[in-house]
Amino acid sequence: MSIHPVVQVHGVTKTFAQGNVTALETIELDLLPGEFVSLIGPSGCGKSTLLRIIGDLTPPTSGTVTVNGKTAKQARTDGDYGIVFQDSVLFDWRTVAKNIGLPLEMLGWDREKRRARVDQMLDLVELRGFADHHPWQLSGGMQQRVSIARALSFEPALLLMDEPFGALDEMTRERLNLELLSIWQQLGSTVVFVTHSISEAVFLSTRVVVMSPRPGRIAGFVDIDLPFPRTVDTREDPHFFELVTQVRELLRRRGEHLLPEEEAELL
Amino acid sequence: MKRVREWAPALVVFVAVIGAWQGAIAVFHIQQFLLPKPSDIIKAFWTERHTLWPAGWYTFKEALGGFAIGSALGVVFATVVARFRSVGTAIMPIAIAANAVPIIAFAPIAGAWFGEVSPHSKMAIAAVLCFLPVTVNTLRGLQSANPRQIELMRSYAASEITIWRRVRVPTALPFLFTALKVASVLAMIGAIVGEYFGGAFNALGVLINSDAQIFDFVTAWAGILVASLLGLALYGAVVGTERLVVRWAPDTRE
Repeated sequence: MSIHPVVQVHGVTKTFAQGNVTALETIELDLLPGEFVSLIGPSGCGKSTLLRIIGDLTPPTSGTVTVNGKTAKQARTDGDYGIVFQDSVLFDWRTVAKNIGLPLEMLGWDREKRRARVDQMLDLVELRGFADHHPWQLSGGMQQRVSIARALSFEPALLLMDEPFGALDEMTRERLNLELLSIWQQLGSTVVFVTHSISEAVFLSTRVVVMSPRPGRIAGFVDIDLPFPRTVDTREDPHFFELVTQVRELLRRRGEHLLPEEEAELL
Repeated sequence: MKRVREWAPALVVFVAVIGAWQGAIAVFHIQQFLLPKPSDIIKAFWTERHTLWPAGWYTFKEALGGFAIGSALGVVFATVVARFRSVGTAIMPIAIAANAVPIIAFAPIAGAWFGEVSPHSKMAIAAVLCFLPVTVNTLRGLQSANPRQIELMRSYAASEITIWRRVRVPTALPFLFTALKVASVLAMIGAIVGEYFGGAFNALGVLINSDAQIFDFVTAWAGILVASLLGLALYGAVVGTERLVVRWAPDTRE
């Protein structure tokens, strides 16, 4: 028996009516269970749009998306994925615990079950003791951890992350990278991770999907065969640098017409 | 202790102003009909308590009724406009234009519609005054929901009603309470202005008006004091409710 992909993107195209922009052109992408896949590319390559199409938050102009063997819409309705945005998107009027428990409330879990799971998630993201705090009492990094705990609280098979650490400082970002990897290894979910940091993509992923802009296309794939568990030392491994170079060259080759600031963005 | 330090400056200024007022009258020999002494006003506030206080209560009830009606209609109207945009574009300009009518001009007409002596005409005036600030603010609040939060709720397959309940309404609450604070003060103004154009003989606005006509300015000022205290009480009640309901808002943060 062959392994069924968690996500199948087939012939997906997206054009925006305003300005007649082609954001995505015939995207083909299969994600296998347990993969950690990063989408990387300069602004305007459609990586966020592709993520939103997988999550059924934006409809594709043509093509099909299957999640867990269902249509993207059905998968969304069934709560098959959790999503994390660049901002933590927490609800100020809810405590940390209630923010994490929100999807569980939506799924109709009873109070006891919810509390047990929320406690578990607080441990997972190391925020025990902050259950009754309000989001504005936390630092940016802590807020993003709450957001990750919320996305994982109902154990979705798929985790969609749209530049989740883009707004954080470098130190916090590297620490959260490590935490995310350890959570991912504990839970074994499939992750789609949008970023425009090459080193972040290589460090986290099992596979990097390199995209190029105007129109948004997949320029190539780089399999990341760095061993797990990855640690701070991984970033100093010569093979890590080779992979970073591979990704960078793919970005260069396919993006000859990159604007200088787009090039600068991808360091 | 922190509370005391917060309130101290306001208290000092208040006492200083009253003291200066009292002193200025003694020093510059200001005639009583121009400005009575604060001590005389306080005295009248007490000696006339059997007429002023019930009158205040009567007017307060009118203001409260108008506040409740005007604010409730404002919230309902804002909700309909936020839900059905076309209704908003059709009706909002008219609502704003109607609000531009000076309320004094409306008072005699409200008397004709709801009874010159009846408390209903005062409630109508207070309600009209409260309606627009509540509508505008509530609408603004309902439209201020973070689009990402709505998108997140969609990712949970939340229905439109759930999104309202969990995102739009909580976002709108601080806006609503700002409007209710403004409306609470306007309601008292509306009720008293309404009474200047006729009202029950034991209504506060009527008393202030008639005391002023017979040059009993001390009692008129005492009546104004009653009106201010009741206006403050209503404002305070709104602030207290806000503290209970909107515990997360920035201004109630420690």
